[in-house]
Amino acid sequence: MGTKAATLPLSERRMPTRPGAGRNGDGGAHVAGTRGNGDGFIPLQTYRTGMWLLVAAIVMLFAGLTSAMVVRKGLGGDWVGLTLPRILYFNTAVLIASSAALERARRRLAGGAGTPAARGWLMLAASLGVAFAAGQVLAWIDLVRHGILASTNPSSSFFYVFSGLHGAHLLGGIVAMFYAIRAIGRLKSAGSTARARSIVGAVALYWHFLTALWVYIMALLALS
Amino acid sequence: MAPARSETDQERQAPGGLWRRYIFSTDHKVIGRQYFLLSLFAVCVGMTLSWLMRAHLAWPDTRIPGLNALSPVGAPDGVITPEYFLALLTLHGTLMVFFVLTTVPQNGFGNFFLPIQIGAREMAFPRLNMLSFWLTFIALAVLLSTLFAGDGPPISGWTAYPPMSAIGSLAGPGEGPGQTLWLISIGIFCLGSLAGSINFITTVLNLRAPGMSLMRLPLTCWAWFITAVVSLPSFAVLLGACVLLLLDRVAGTSFFVPGGLVVSDQIVAHSGGSPLLWQHLFWFFGHPEVYIAILPGMGIISHVLACFSRQPVFGYRSMVLALGAIGFLSFAVWGHHMFVSGMSPYAGLAFSVFTLVIAVPSALKTFNWLGTMWGGRLRFTTAMLFSVAFVSVFVTGGLSGLVLAQPAVDAYLHATYFVVGHFHLVMGMASLFAVFAATYFWAPKMIGRMMNETLGKIHFWITFAGVHAIFLPMYFIGFAGAPRRYSDFTDHFLIPLIPVNRFMSWAALITGAGQLLFLLNLLWSSFRGRLADRNPWQATSLEWTVASPPAFDAFEGRQPMVYRGPYEYGGPVGAPDFLLQDAEEPRSG
Repeated sequence: MGTKAATLPLSERRMPTRPGAGRNGDGGAHVAGTRGNGDGFIPLQTYRTGMWLLVAAIVMLFAGLTSAMVVRKGLGGDWVGLTLPRILYFNTAVLIASSAALERARRRLAGGAGTPAARGWLMLAASLGVAFAAGQVLAWIDLVRHGILASTNPSSSFFYVFSGLHGAHLLGGIVAMFYAIRAIGRLKSAGSTARARSIVGAVALYWHFLTALWVYIMALLALS
Repeated sequence: MAPARSETDQERQAPGGLWRRYIFSTDHKVIGRQYFLLSLFAVCVGMTLSWLMRAHLAWPDTRIPGLNALSPVGAPDGVITPEYFLALLTLHGTLMVFFVLTTVPQNGFGNFFLPIQIGAREMAFPRLNMLSFWLTFIALAVLLSTLFAGDGPPISGWTAYPPMSAIGSLAGPGEGPGQTLWLISIGIFCLGSLAGSINFITTVLNLRAPGMSLMRLPLTCWAWFITAVVSLPSFAVLLGACVLLLLDRVAGTSFFVPGGLVVSDQIVAHSGGSPLLWQHLFWFFGHPEVYIAILPGMGIISHVLACFSRQPVFGYRSMVLALGAIGFLSFAVWGHHMFVSGMSPYAGLAFSVFTLVIAVPSALKTFNWLGTMWGGRLRFTTAMLFSVAFVSVFVTGGLSGLVLAQPAVDAYLHATYFVVGHFHLVMGMASLFAVFAATYFWAPKMIGRMMNETLGKIHFWITFAGVHAIFLPMYFIGFAGAPRRYSDFTDHFLIPLIPVNRFMSWAALITGAGQLLFLLNLLWSSFRGRLADRNPWQATSLEWTVASPPAFDAFEGRQPMVYRGPYEYGGPVGAPDFLLQDAEEPRSG
């Protein structure tokens, strides 16, 4: 019966031969390498799949909030447009630069070039990320100094909600970047290079998404 | 070409130490059991709350001993106040919907069986999986803390409608710290649920064993996969809505509170918001949520029906498509919860049509279940009985959904017990029956021993008769106009309904007590039950190729290979009438 076939040693077993078998079900486990540190049986591509799903969830979060904003703005006459603090435009440029540095690191690593260079670019990206976060705090302080709080007007409420939630996700991204820097620092074997590459790839996907999300938020807030 | 697994072919070892092994474990089987126990605890609390409510509905003046100690304000002298009734109602709904129906069919059984059924060694992100469970645990602890914090649990229902839920203790007892804690609890639950969804989807996409093509997945896996796909966007939106409502409460914003509102003789400071905005955001989550509760159950009973009918699932491909269609349509029908909110009748018409369309894939599944059983060599085990009963209550509960889907009819029935009967049968009881079916079916794998079938069948008949005695009369008192959320029926036209209420309350007490049989059976079988072999039901999917209970590394170092579909039952009398998914030999006869 079935259990007998399954207990044969690997070398004596054939791959499924029935028509259609094995087309989808190879799981990728034997193609792209596996994750290290005790999870050696989990394929590396899970990083990428999981990150795309996280991005999808965040897109839905902000889509829901955007629809709330559109509805709330159309409700009554109490919406007063918010003049965005100037520093936000500067922050936006910093975040885009950070994304560019991270992309540089990712390509260095993917191209098999020296890891110290990739590490340097990653450090730069992380620093620019921290600078962006600090700049966002300055923007909040600026608004509070002018007496504009979350409760002042629905426009300011949404500003704090959007920038706050974006900031929370960004902090996670900064932590992830330091995790990636550590992973590169620990490179020993070729297997771990593939792992580091996957980690940096997933972090880059997340970070570029956060940059694009911020540009979207800026456009949304500036136009309303 | 044989897969290269040289470095990973050794069997994995379970981590030593109590903490890493049983508490903060990354093992999907331990996490599955943890979710199961968490839900078991939540369902006991939730059912006790419903007993309190039913007792009060039938005997409004009766003192419930000990209740005044739990809440001196809510139940002075042990008699439940109308406000405390609403607090119990809120807590009952929240516990049952989030911590039972969302949790155990998906995260409990899914975590345990999904990786084994697809031939994977773990979930895709084991640590994230552990985090999901502990977030859910914290969410439950925060929710239950409302029983003891401030002036009790919130009173605005599991839907937390503003403006009541947005303006603080002005709106009544429990609307202060209780409501804030409720929002924090649900926010944390959303995070745990989102992490879980990412894990489930990634696992199905990336970790399937060689040969396990999508169309060879057991329907349980399809159901867990589609449930995760539905959970991801809906919980994300609920999380956003909770943030906004929390800000209305703590930061003085006005997302959901209209201007000029007078509550308890005081003018509320907020202005310009819309309670309807919350309803849209909430039900955008809330309707998919009811499918999150039922879809895993559909997968489970398809699995069980095929096994005990000894026939393949009728129309496997259409079953998958129907699951997908239900998942997709669930995002287009949220407005049917809001027919009486004053929305545009044109919008109501659209939502009504989409709602009726859901009946098509639902009916397709029902006929396929009947087709699966038709002409089969049926084995009426307890798991089979509960699965057949699932189909039955899915129909009796689901048909009343078609009644409610008409805006004009809903206008009358919406705030009555008709709706209570509807969702308890189709969402609550159907899902619960699937959970019972799954427990009796998979107990050999989860505890390594068989559950007692005689006790199981007694439990089944008490439960099956009992839930109909509780919930079917609700349709009739709903027709008679009995309103939901009322704490007693001692006024006017409601007086003639008191005998019916007493009947339902007796039924609830007896049926609830009957669940002790289940608990005893589970407990007794865990230690004294007959030891289970690998495949006690002669079933076909991969979980029956591993030991009962599975070792830490379920496949004990080998790489499972899949050669055939998940439901190859049947064949000539005398020969084995099933083929495991990893059976290589061609089908004989």
